[in-house]
Amino acid sequence: MPAGTLYRGREGMWSWVAHRVTGVLIFFFLFVHVLDTALVRVSPEAYDNVVATYKTPIVNVMEYGLVAAILFHALNGLRVIAVDFWSKGPRYQKQMLWSVVAVWALLMAGAFYPVLQHTLRTLFGS
Amino acid sequence: MSAETTPAVSGVDDVTLYDVDNPAPVIEAPRKRTKKTPKATRTNFEMYGWLFMRLSGILLVVLVLGHLLIQLVLDGGVSKIGFAFVAGRWASPFWQAWDLIMLWLAMLHGANGLRTVINDYAERDNTRFWLKMLLYTATVFTVLLGTLVIFTFDPNIR
Repeated sequence: MPAGTLYRGREGMWSWVAHRVTGVLIFFFLFVHVLDTALVRVSPEAYDNVVATYKTPIVNVMEYGLVAAILFHALNGLRVIAVDFWSKGPRYQKQMLWSVVAVWALLMAGAFYPVLQHTLRTLFGS
Repeated sequence: MSAETTPAVSGVDDVTLYDVDNPAPVIEAPRKRTKKTPKATRTNFEMYGWLFMRLSGILLVVLVLGHLLIQLVLDGGVSKIGFAFVAGRWASPFWQAWDLIMLWLAMLHGANGLRTVINDYAERDNTRFWLKMLLYTATVFTVLLGTLVIFTFDPNIR
């Protein structure tokens, strides 16, 4: 470990890094999302036009990535709350992170078809 | 420190790297109070910000995951979304309230998170100030725009 740094590596630091990165990404998407939704005040056509972008294969895959970022941020956020407020939280932070990763992987596997079905259907037929 | 003067590292800790003649560097606590810290900033704002992140976080887990479930997972995923779908959902005050609360909490939660990130990485006073001004301007604009859209939505616009 380099001297004079607060960065300690391992589960504690890397979950913190991932929490920051996913948080910033989600916040930037939120700006875009409020702007695209605001088009319902312009006309139904303008709104349906922008939503058509969300239905293209590349953006559909990005939506799966968005779900991945939000799920991690949500589950790890609950872990952070447990570390802060549960008396045994700090002692079990590693176990809680691996539980977060396990639940995240399970939910991502479950979300694969439902989220990507639009692309799967258009690319590989009905 | 050269390899020759480094004592043998025993076990998991690197404590043996340092001794009386070769002390470990002191790491100052982040944002430590100094003589230059103005009295006016001595409020509990950061504590309330910290608490808000946790409380809004719990609510957002329910609101945002519910939103994702409805919009991207159930009933054909993204395929069904369009003006008619939005009109159908915002016909109900329940979903209007859901989206309004989600908008405000998510924007404030995200803005406070990005404020922390800016404070951590932007080291020049000027850069930090202007990045935060940009953040606050964009946040106020987006919250007001979203609120206006939810309250003035007209399903018969055309």
